[in-house]
Amino acid sequence: MKIHEYQAKEILKRYGVDMPRGEVVSTAAEARAAVERLGGRVVLKAQIHAGGRGKGGGIKVVSSPDEAESAAGTLLGSMLITPQTGPEGKPIGQLLIEEALEIEREIYLGATFDRTTEAPVVIACAEGGVEIEVVAARNPALILRETADPIIGWRTFQARKLAYALGVDNKQAGVISRIISGLYAAFWENDASLAEINPLAITGDGRVVALDAKMNFDDNALFRQPGIRELRDTTQEEPLEVEASEAGLSYIKLDGSVACMVNGAGLAMATLDMIMLAGERPANFLDVGGGASAEQVAKAFRILVGDSRARAVLINIFGGIMRCDVLARGVVEAAREVDVRLPVVVRLEGTNAGEGRRILSEAGLSWEVASSFEEGARAVVRLARGKS
Amino acid sequence: MSILVDSGSRILVQGLTGREGSFHTEQMVAYGTRVVAGVTPGKGRSQHLGIPVYDTVEEAVREQGANVSIVFVPPAFAADAILEAADAGLPLVVCVTEGIPVRDMIAVSSYLRPRSTRLVGPNCPGLITPEQCKLGIMPGHIHTPGPVGVVSRSGTLTYEAVYQLTQRGVGQSTCIGIGGDPIIGTQFIDALELFNADSKTEAVVLIGEIGGNAEEDAAEYIRSHGRKPVVAFVAGRMAPPGRRMGHAGAIVSGGSGAAEDKIRALSEAGVRVVESPGQIGDTVVEVLAKGGGHGRAH
Repeated sequence: MKIHEYQAKEILKRYGVDMPRGEVVSTAAEARAAVERLGGRVVLKAQIHAGGRGKGGGIKVVSSPDEAESAAGTLLGSMLITPQTGPEGKPIGQLLIEEALEIEREIYLGATFDRTTEAPVVIACAEGGVEIEVVAARNPALILRETADPIIGWRTFQARKLAYALGVDNKQAGVISRIISGLYAAFWENDASLAEINPLAITGDGRVVALDAKMNFDDNALFRQPGIRELRDTTQEEPLEVEASEAGLSYIKLDGSVACMVNGAGLAMATLDMIMLAGERPANFLDVGGGASAEQVAKAFRILVGDSRARAVLINIFGGIMRCDVLARGVVEAAREVDVRLPVVVRLEGTNAGEGRRILSEAGLSWEVASSFEEGARAVVRLARGKS
Repeated sequence: MSILVDSGSRILVQGLTGREGSFHTEQMVAYGTRVVAGVTPGKGRSQHLGIPVYDTVEEAVREQGANVSIVFVPPAFAADAILEAADAGLPLVVCVTEGIPVRDMIAVSSYLRPRSTRLVGPNCPGLITPEQCKLGIMPGHIHTPGPVGVVSRSGTLTYEAVYQLTQRGVGQSTCIGIGGDPIIGTQFIDALELFNADSKTEAVVLIGEIGGNAEEDAAEYIRSHGRKPVVAFVAGRMAPPGRRMGHAGAIVSGGSGAAEDKIRALSEAGVRVVESPGQIGDTVVEVLAKGGGHGRAH
């Protein structure tokens, strides 16, 4: 789960990380009032769940309450398109307004899990303010890493090792090592999957503050993080994905024309690949679960027909313990319940597949029934292109 | 022969009395698997499905001589269940549970590292040695004994591959699902090592997917130690970066984990990588007919 910058900063503040003075607003009038209180030059930062905000015009520096009110009026309620949002952009519901600071240096700090060592790792880099992947590709020697021992936990000497290697003065190194330990604690205690301060800025007057912050959380741990769960902002998510997650389905909207419904994540990924091999792009990823109950299939149908880009549907089910004849009856039932107007290809394989295919063929749904992976993919691509 | 489980395996089910545990235990028993005990804290000294239930793993091991555990415990308690099985000294624990927090698995992984307990999963279908032992949630009847080892990060995609093999008259030595999470116990290389050493396994099917480096590690292992031909499929070429494709571990991020890199690494190691999962069965038949390929000289 993702949260906004201002929310990440509120969490990090509790762990002793210093921020620029700032306020969160959701109307132009509030923006004006905030700037009157903050005084001087301020930065208006659009709060969306994506990076690249500067490039998309979502960060504005203003010098007066008038300017702030007018800029906030334009930003709030609009869609911000950045290199990371996709073509539709993300809605701006709030702005974080912060005092503009004179920056002397920018540093990168991040905590995440390393799949190779199977342990948490803290990354620091003397070059902040740019994407860490870009620095890593250009000059990997600049990336400093400290792996935490999950059993004894993070140790303060590790924070000192990183801080002193950044090439800052002694006093700043002391401050930064405390910030690193705070970042780690915020990451670990809240079941984050990523906690990033980028950049951590050293200002002209020697303050060390988090200019930007980002935290992502482990969805599997949200059950024990009620405070984090409350920070979810569904306006930042694809509406069909929100509907799917509420129904317990794993759905990701993509940009193609072939909708699909599959049981099992691996099989669903393979189905997207097959659609691509057959010459079209998939409209979505949708895993109805290994068992694929009739109820799940009906919910999935509703979501698929809600996607205006979809031109045809491919249902790809492997019947295992759940037999294909039972599945076929469920699919037919679901299709009668949901008005499916798109052409549909069903590919059923596994236990009692012959019987399942017979049930589908005789249901009077004018669906195509395929037996092989390739046949199903070719058929659905043909239908998506408007040929019958 | 087979790897990890056979007709001598004495199975303990952690979470036996739950819905999933009950359903799949019935299926395992019907397949002929020797389920000797169950553990559900608070339900000790009772019977469930005719199987004795204990409060602790230690007790179940002592009373029934269980030597393998399968975990069907809900995600919030699953890490604890794995640790309890390891603490009781079980050499093999299979965790089916999906949705365990990464932080919990990080701790489990550290705890297991110096110990001799092997973990398979979590978030996996388990493993099966056809006609001997079904330890998991896979449909048993699509499997048949034979010379092909199957190792996969997926569930239903594995059943597809197995079904293709069985339909072509090609049986399996053992099929092992290693799981779709970012932190898992047994890796591809561990399974490949076991299949390498198993005299009855003549070829291996490896089914990978986006995320992590497990396929690249497998490629490196095959290049230096592989003694048997490997046929592979890697799912997720169409997956957009930064999105989790159903499995918690299936994500391309920070420029790593892409399917193309995995396919290239495996191909360069001499693995027959198929473009479509529909080609797995035929390709294995072809490879077996040739009497093996990669590194068979020694």
